[in-house]
Amino acid sequence: MRFGRDGRTVEAVRRFTLMTTPGEFVALLGPSGCGKTTVLNAVAGFVLPTVGRIVVDSEIVTQPGADRGMVFQQHSLFPWKTVLGNVEFGLKMRGVGKKERKSQAHAYLSLVGLTGFEHAYPRELSGGMQQRVGIARALVNRPRVLLMDEPFGALDAQTRLTMQELLLSVWREVRTTVLFVTHDIDEALFLADRVAVMTGRPGQIRDLVEVKLTRPRAAEIIATPAFMVLKARVLAQVREESARALSGPRP
Amino acid sequence: MATAPNVGMVPLVGAPAAQAEAPALLRLAGWRRPALRVLSVGLFFAAWHVATTWDVDLYVRFQNIPTPAQVLEEAVALFGSAAFYVHILASLERIWLGFAIATTLGVGMGLLIGWFRFAEDTLFPPIELFRPIPAVAWVPLSIMLWPTERSSIVFITTLGAFFPIVLNTIHGVEGIDRQLVRAATSLGAGRVAIFREVVIPGALPSIVTGLSVGMGVSWLCLISAEMISGQFGIGYFTWVAYGIVKYSQIVVGMLVIGVLGMLSSALIRLVGARCMPWLPRRVKDAT
Repeated sequence: MRFGRDGRTVEAVRRFTLMTTPGEFVALLGPSGCGKTTVLNAVAGFVLPTVGRIVVDSEIVTQPGADRGMVFQQHSLFPWKTVLGNVEFGLKMRGVGKKERKSQAHAYLSLVGLTGFEHAYPRELSGGMQQRVGIARALVNRPRVLLMDEPFGALDAQTRLTMQELLLSVWREVRTTVLFVTHDIDEALFLADRVAVMTGRPGQIRDLVEVKLTRPRAAEIIATPAFMVLKARVLAQVREESARALSGPRP
Repeated sequence: MATAPNVGMVPLVGAPAAQAEAPALLRLAGWRRPALRVLSVGLFFAAWHVATTWDVDLYVRFQNIPTPAQVLEEAVALFGSAAFYVHILASLERIWLGFAIATTLGVGMGLLIGWFRFAEDTLFPPIELFRPIPAVAWVPLSIMLWPTERSSIVFITTLGAFFPIVLNTIHGVEGIDRQLVRAATSLGAGRVAIFREVVIPGALPSIVTGLSVGMGVSWLCLISAEMISGQFGIGYFTWVAYGIVKYSQIVVGMLVIGVLGMLSSALIRLVGARCMPWLPRRVKDAT
């Protein structure tokens, strides 16, 4: 994918091919600027590929939609709407009736553990709670794929761990396909079924790591030998890519 | 910093923040602060009384300025007369009519200009062209343009309020976080829905600010316009009082203008705050 203005183009992503199976949790892992967010935005429909195409359930992606719901890193909840108003937004857009909207929104809020906060405004919530609202808001539309752009990146380490476990427990219930962008190796390996390790810009998949750790996964798993083996493999590659990114772009 | 084991350390954590490094003598507490403020206002009235009763002339001339007592007497008389209320009502009507028109035009155009490039290219240049001209400078032209005195004065108040309103609305729309728009589209919102659900609420705080400022400017324009041309209105009344040598009425007029202006602005702010329940009540409440 190329972006450019005034004759200067930046090739953000090159030769990216990834096929996911339904219900799979895939992590896109890579250093900053490697194009992983660009890939996510392409699946979301915010940008179109310069060459090639994105296909979701046999349909080519041309524009954003609730079937490919996105969870952003921060500041994406509507400040003027209550938690309930935010979560039921997608349903409102589809013309779902008020009563039905509310009951579904309530259900998903309880799934993410925010019952009782329906009438709070986003600014009254902590970062972790806001992200939970964001997740509920995307999931209530039963998306075909849930896109997550470093959703826990702005949270403190403790909250991040809690949120990762919460995400897995929620995902166990809804089982959508998830595309999760992160630069955190532990996070990627803990959450995903497969981790796509990306090169620096222009981004390509360097390695597709199968994470065959059994589910449900508890936080302690990151200290097990099996995890360490995977981590060693990934870490070496990520470090190499980071170093390369620092020293200059690929030809 | 090495600490000796037996030395007691006095913690500085609990020290209260000092407001100013004033000597102990001037730091007051409790009832003394309100008392000081009352004293300050009282001194002002005392100075006014002295300057006017003894016809002080210190380059600034107080000979013809009415005393506080005279003003109070006149105020009581005026508020007992029906004619005074006619003036007040005339001004209020012109203000609120002009303001309503300015709000409709200003917010409407502001939303369009802020959101649609085509609107910006077509509507914004004329606005920028006229903006530097103060509304009051329009009075002579306004008298020629409009058939009735009322319509020409309402035109001036509309003009005064319009520019702050439209500019603040544009600013509000342009300041909307584009991430919120993206979030809305990824939740299935179409273009109309985005305008209704994101653009308007997102711009609302700026719009309310614009309305508040617009109201203040409106009053300014109204009073000036009434002084220059008119037969009714509190501005007219105040100006005419000078001509008919009823100086106490000038001061009463001024005070009434001040109070009405303040109440109008406060009303706008109150209604605005009601429309935006998601904002903290006061900046101090926000963490």
